[in-house]
Amino acid sequence: MQDANRSINIENVKTAESLQVPPLEGFREAYILHLADNSLILSHRNSEWCGHGPVLEQDIAITNIALDLIGQSRNFYQYAASLIGDTDEDKLAGLRPEREFKNLLLVEQPKGDWAQTILRQYLFSQFQYLLFEQLQHHPDDQVAGITAKALKEIKYHLRWSSEWVVRLGDGTEESHQRMIKAVEELWRYTGEMFVPADYEKEAGVDFLTLKEDWSKRVQAVFDEATLQVPLNTFMQVGGKNGVHTEYMGYILTELQYMQRAYPNCEW
Amino acid sequence: MMNYDNKTNTPVNERVIMGYLEEICDPEIPVLSIVDLGIVRAIKVKEDAPGDIEIEVIITSTYTGCPAMDMIAAEIRVMLATLGFKKVTVTQSLSPAWTTAWMSEEGKKKLNAYGIAPPDKRFTIPADGVACPQCKSCNTKLLSEFGSTACKALYQCSDCREPFDYFKCH
Repeated sequence: MQDANRSINIENVKTAESLQVPPLEGFREAYILHLADNSLILSHRNSEWCGHGPVLEQDIAITNIALDLIGQSRNFYQYAASLIGDTDEDKLAGLRPEREFKNLLLVEQPKGDWAQTILRQYLFSQFQYLLFEQLQHHPDDQVAGITAKALKEIKYHLRWSSEWVVRLGDGTEESHQRMIKAVEELWRYTGEMFVPADYEKEAGVDFLTLKEDWSKRVQAVFDEATLQVPLNTFMQVGGKNGVHTEYMGYILTELQYMQRAYPNCEW
Repeated sequence: MMNYDNKTNTPVNERVIMGYLEEICDPEIPVLSIVDLGIVRAIKVKEDAPGDIEIEVIITSTYTGCPAMDMIAAEIRVMLATLGFKKVTVTQSLSPAWTTAWMSEEGKKKLNAYGIAPPDKRFTIPADGVACPQCKSCNTKLLSEFGSTACKALYQCSDCREPFDYFKCH
């Protein structure tokens, strides 16, 4: 009897295809959101170390980097909000569903141990440094302004994280093993950086040079750290187009809890 | 509506407003004003009608994630409102990016007296050799590139053993 009442109105069922319709924003907005999401999600991951760092100075360092990243994401979200209209930075960060987040899979991976956090920060900072070096000359004044300012801070992130990669890689047997494990965990998420999404095709980024420069610099740091750059690794992609690893949902559950439980709350 | 400064009885212009803003301290480093730090980039005063003045204050953050910017903008609005200016806007600019080169010499002296080594344009983050603000010794060492705020690095003096912050050259 209940079955009759539960008959499904087929018109209301969203097909898998209709769910994949890209959100209504244009390419430029999507690209700004991609940059914002990268910074926000990595900031969140790094902030998980707050009060848990291996020593006080490094706890402060990683949370400082988290603060710089959240500043970047705020600048990008504010700019994206002005382009999209009828929204704001808090809504973009706190109310979009998982499939609309365009961050790299790399930044959403768990913080793991200190080796994994350090390696991820280095791989990302190296990428961000080279990318923002290009974007600081972008014809869009806002993109150029945000990235030029951020670049000054990324220099610190890059120097700090690369020094730590060397210290741990070329450190004790224990730290060396942990770095090898971190490379195994994270390397598969680095390929995505250089595969442009549709919205990146007009972003004015030279992905070929980016990939070449990144590979060269990472090779140099790995050499110094006595680590091997993996060859022929399967590269997982998807984050840029909203297809995330299982960790993303948990991050958003925590990050968006307040805005969803108490809409429009401020303090 | 005021259009003359009470103390000097001069017409309100950019310079007078800048003088008022020198009274606003940075929330993190209360010994420095927002003018000393180079946060106030420009002031625009427009007289719409006699006595009807519009003020725009353009500020920039030191570091991208500086959590004090909203507070600083609010303090500017409150101060100018208290002085009787009704039309005040505070605009944040991104470009050109803030640099320690904009910090006043006066600000650097105040910083040192407060116990924070001021930025030294000879180096970004020197491994050692920053003069200790307590005992003036240059026999100091870097403890961490990231200090109590994003703009500072943590050092220790090897002579007086006192740890201290160095305001990074940025």
